[in-house]
Amino acid sequence: MKLINKETKVVVQGITGTQGRFHTARMKEYGTKVVAGVTPGRGGQEVDSTPVYDTVAEAKEKHGCDASIIFVPAGGALDAALEAMEAGMDPVVVITEGIPVRDTIELVARARQLGTTVVGPNTPGLIKAGESKMGIMPNQVFKRGSVGIISRSGTLFYEIAAHVTNQGLGESTCVGLGGDPVVGLDYIELLKWFQKDSETKAVALIGEIGGDAEEKAADFIAVGGFTKPVAAYIAGRAAIPGKRMGHAGAIIQGSAGTADSKMNALRGAGAFIGEQPVDVAKALKKVLG
Amino acid sequence: MKLLEYEAKEVFRRYGVPLGASAVASTPEEARDAFTKIGKPVVVKAQVGVGGRGKAGGIKPADTPEQAQSVAKQILAMRIKDLPIRKVLVEERLTIQHEVYLGVIVDRASRCFIILASREGGVNIEEVAAKTPEKIVKYNIDPLRGFRSYHANGVAKRLGYNGKKMQQLGDILMKLYRVAYEMDAELTEINPLVETADGFIAADARLNVDNNALYRHKELEAKFLESFEGELTPREMEARAMDLTYVELNGDIGIIGNGAGLTMATLDTVMLYGGHAGNFLDLGGGANPERIGKAVEFVLKDNRVKALFVNVLGGITRCDDTAKGIIDARKKLNDTKPIVVRMMGTNEEEGKRLLHGAGIETDDTMEEAAQKAVNLAKGA
Repeated sequence: MKLINKETKVVVQGITGTQGRFHTARMKEYGTKVVAGVTPGRGGQEVDSTPVYDTVAEAKEKHGCDASIIFVPAGGALDAALEAMEAGMDPVVVITEGIPVRDTIELVARARQLGTTVVGPNTPGLIKAGESKMGIMPNQVFKRGSVGIISRSGTLFYEIAAHVTNQGLGESTCVGLGGDPVVGLDYIELLKWFQKDSETKAVALIGEIGGDAEEKAADFIAVGGFTKPVAAYIAGRAAIPGKRMGHAGAIIQGSAGTADSKMNALRGAGAFIGEQPVDVAKALKKVLG
Repeated sequence: MKLLEYEAKEVFRRYGVPLGASAVASTPEEARDAFTKIGKPVVVKAQVGVGGRGKAGGIKPADTPEQAQSVAKQILAMRIKDLPIRKVLVEERLTIQHEVYLGVIVDRASRCFIILASREGGVNIEEVAAKTPEKIVKYNIDPLRGFRSYHANGVAKRLGYNGKKMQQLGDILMKLYRVAYEMDAELTEINPLVETADGFIAADARLNVDNNALYRHKELEAKFLESFEGELTPREMEARAMDLTYVELNGDIGIIGNGAGLTMATLDTVMLYGGHAGNFLDLGGGANPERIGKAVEFVLKDNRVKALFVNVLGGITRCDDTAKGIIDARKKLNDTKPIVVRMMGTNEEEGKRLLHGAGIETDDTMEEAAQKAVNLAKGA
C-alpha cells in the first residue's frame, strides 16, 4: 500500500471544474506538490499557474507525477481512475460522490490487479499532517503529531481531528475511507500500515453504521494484528434500521451493521469507545500523555 | 430504487429468464380478462413494494374468470403495511416440485457481485441462511473475468443438479447476472425459482437498482419518486422531491448537519444528553444560503419540532452562508422556535456575527450545543 509524503508529485484530474480548481489551490497552500492537472480537451491551459494536459500520460511525461486525485463527475470517474492507474499513478484518490457501484467494483478490481492503492470513492482524501494533502479537508484543523486517523466519513473526521489537535497531540497520517458501500481501502489494510509506521503512536478509528468493516477491524485487533492504542467513535446509535443515513453505505440491514454491534466488537478487542467525538481525543491524550 | 414484481419481471423477460404467463391488472375487470387470456388457473398477487404480502392476504388463487375478478377486487381494496394496492399481477399457477433461491447481490466485503443460491428456496430463505448456512451456495464473481457458463454450471452442480437441469439452471444464472450487471442492480433475486416437471420458472422477482446509476436507465427515472412509497414517510417523500437528504425520526429536536457522519454523531450526542431527535438532515457538501434556508424552513415547519439544532463544520460549506440561510428561513416563516447553532471553520466569525445580530445563539462545541438544544426542547 502506498500513501503520501512531501515528495509525492500530484496530478489533479478534473482540475478545471469548480471543485478541482478550488481544492487545487487549498492543496498547494498546504504544501502539496501539485505539478499538473488533466482535463481532456483543455490541454495547454493553466489553472492558477498549474499546467493542464489532455491525458495523465502526458502529465507524467512532462512532470513525473506519481499520484492522482480525481474530481471528475460520477459518469466519467471510472475512466479517469483507470487512466490514472494505467499511467502508473499510486495512490489514486477518488473524491467523486455518486459513482455507480458497478463502476467502483471494476475500478477496485483493476487496482488490485495492478497493485495500486485506491482511496475512496466518496472520500475526503488523505493527509500527511504538515507535509502533503490529497483531499478536501480543511487545512487549519491538522497539526503534525502522532495520531493516525481512519474514518468512513468526512466532517466527523475533521471534528475528531480538531479535538486531537486541541489536545496538543496532532496527527501523523489520516485517511478517509469513503462513504460508499464499496471502497478501495478498509480499516485492516490501514491498521497494518499504521502498525509499521513509526510516526504513528496510536490510532483514532471513526466508523458508522452499515456493513461489517468495523467488526472485522475489531477481530484483526483482537488477534494481535494491531498492537498500538485504538480509540474509536461509531456514529449512528440513533439511526433507524432500514433507513439510509445520508451515505449510500450507512444503512442497518436486519440486525447487521448496528452501532452497538460495532462498539461491542471494538470494546471487546480492547479499544476505547468514545460516547461523544471529543472523548476519543481525551482518551488518546491520556494514553500518549 | 426498488422495482415492483411486475416491473422486475418485465426486465427479466427481456433477458429471457423463464416466466409463467401473466398480465397486470388495475381493475377487477382487467383481472377477469387477464384470466381469460391466460386460460388456466392463476394466482392474483398484490403489487406492493414491501415484504410479507402473502401473509397479509395479498396473494390469492383463482380458478375461473369470475373468481379472478372477485379476488382482484378484494386485493385492490386492501392496504398492506398501510400502502394502497394499485395493481395486481394475474399469473398462471404452477405445480411446484421444488423451490430454489437465486440471488445476485453487491457484496461490500468482497467488493464484487456475488451469487447466492439454495435448493431450500421459498419464504423461509432468511431462516435457512441464518440456521443452516451450509445450504447456501456462494460464488464471488471476478469483475475482470465476468461470470461465464462454466462458473454458472459449477454453481448449479454445487446445488446438486446434473445433466439438462444443471444446464438450464446455469443458463438462468447467467441471465440473472446479466440483468444485475446491465441494470446496475444492488439486488437481483428470484425466490422462488420453481422447479416444475417441464423445467424452471421464476415465480417471483426482485430488482433493486443502484440510485447512483439511474442516469444510465432513463426509463426508470420517471418512476423514481413513486418507488419510494412505502419505504419513505410522506415528509420524507416531500424532502426527496426537494432533493434534501432527510430521515424522519420520533423526537422533538430538529437536526441539520453537514456530512452524514457528523449529522449522525449530532443525533447520537443529543440522545446521549437525554434528548430525542425529530429528524436527520444532511446538507451535504457546499450548500449555498438558498439550500440551507430551504432545509431550515422544512424542519421548522414540522409541528413536532420544538427546537432546532444546526451543526456545521465549515469546509466547502461556509459558516456565513449557513447563518444567512437560517436567518432568511426564520424571517420567511416568522418563526420563533428556539435555534441553537454550532459552527466551526470557513468564515466562522462572520457567520457568528450575523447570527448574534439576529438574536440567535451559537456554541463552540457540539457537546455544549447539544445540551442546550435538549434543555430548550424540554422547556418549550
